[in-house]
Amino acid sequence: MGTEYVCSESEHSSMSMCIGASAAGARAATATASAGLAYMWEMLYIAASMRLPVVMTVANRALSGPINIHCDHSDAMGARDSGWIQIYAENVQEAYDNSIMSFRIAEDAGVKLPVMNCLDGFIVTHAIESMEPLDDEVVKKFVGDFKPLHPLLDVKNPHSFGPFDMPEYYYEHKYNQQMAMKKALEVVRQVSEEYAKISGRKYDLLECYRCEDADYVAISIGSTAGTMKQVVDDLRAEGHKVGSVKVRLFRPFPFQDIAKVLDGRKGVAVLDRALSFGAAGPLFADVRTAMFDNGSRSPAVNYIYGLGGRDVGVEDLKRVFLDLENGTAETVNYLGVKL
Amino acid sequence: MTAEDVIMKPGTARQYHTGSWRSRRPEVDKDKCINCLFCWMFCPDNSILVEGGEMKGIRYTHCKGCGICVRQCPKDAITMVEEGEQ
Ligand code: SF4
Ligand code: SF4
Repeated sequence: MGTEYVCSESEHSSMSMCIGASAAGARAATATASAGLAYMWEMLYIAASMRLPVVMTVANRALSGPINIHCDHSDAMGARDSGWIQIYAENVQEAYDNSIMSFRIAEDAGVKLPVMNCLDGFIVTHAIESMEPLDDEVVKKFVGDFKPLHPLLDVKNPHSFGPFDMPEYYYEHKYNQQMAMKKALEVVRQVSEEYAKISGRKYDLLECYRCEDADYVAISIGSTAGTMKQVVDDLRAEGHKVGSVKVRLFRPFPFQDIAKVLDGRKGVAVLDRALSFGAAGPLFADVRTAMFDNGSRSPAVNYIYGLGGRDVGVEDLKRVFLDLENGTAETVNYLGVKL
Repeated sequence: MTAEDVIMKPGTARQYHTGSWRSRRPEVDKDKCINCLFCWMFCPDNSILVEGGEMKGIRYTHCKGCGICVRQCPKDAITMVEEGEQ
């Protein structure tokens, strides 16, 4: 597999290059974070609408201003509606595993959508953790060769990518993107199952930790879900029936899986490391929508936390569960904010 | 056109008549024209007809009436006329 590394003058250009390379017939990938992702904005939608299986790692970091370089999910959550599949990792092992699976998901014939591979900036990207890589040959075999559907460099069969799309068909192309997202739910699950066979590591759309008999469940994304496991263990040792759900796949959103796992709980806390100003956390909005259909209507509250890299430890997260148990949480809470 | 919005043959813009967008049309006075072909170079819709190096008129099926040719013409040989008027 020949690989060429191309430097660009900006993120807008790097995404444009990925779009061009992918349309031409190459497997294209890039990485960014924070303001860099924001600068790609226009091109994110174009990669998705042109149905190009570009893969991008995003080290989730806060957006300016005030200027800040630390972890939160505002960057990727801002790109939530761009048409990219979004997978979030808890730790370095998952980030590595997700990046390998991403190519298979993006390039699936029924999907053909770009994939954003998210991991917490600094907390995961700049920390030392042990992980197990796979052999190159195993990965190559799993990912397979890139087979572009309509490569632009097939000069004997000229065709046009990204043409002007008037009201007659634009809507249908958007609908097709939505159907591809629907298909991606299945494909992410299938690819994850296949990946378990080569790696021994089993992933699903969600990860539930000690949820089976839990009365109170907290839902989070990324590295916080790791801290949550400690919190759940500590509280369980004290007799609290609590559990944690990690959302691995955020787009497409696994509504049914969420509805099922939250059915019949006494209380649900949704943790968002991003905030939609004037509303609440983006994960909260989707989780509550999913719960609306599960009939049980467990009380659900939102915790905004960790913006701009504010550290969130075991004690902070314990308070979330205790608030839930005591019924003292507001609908939207701002964990650890100094007032 | 495919489900992914890829057009599978080249040159299909020819079939899309942007001329229907026009509310004013450019008209050329060939007595003033010096065949510099500035209009041809700048027309965004490839609507200036040229034969043997000479400006031969405007292809109204695709001219969208933007007026760029009028601005570019160094001899004021092109003027915009309201559609429906002579
Ligand atoms: S009006 Fe515009 S489209 Fe029409 S011929 Fe002139 S430059 Fe071309
Ligand atoms: S720009 Fe004016 S002078 Fe030059 S070719 Fe066109 S009409 Fe003639």
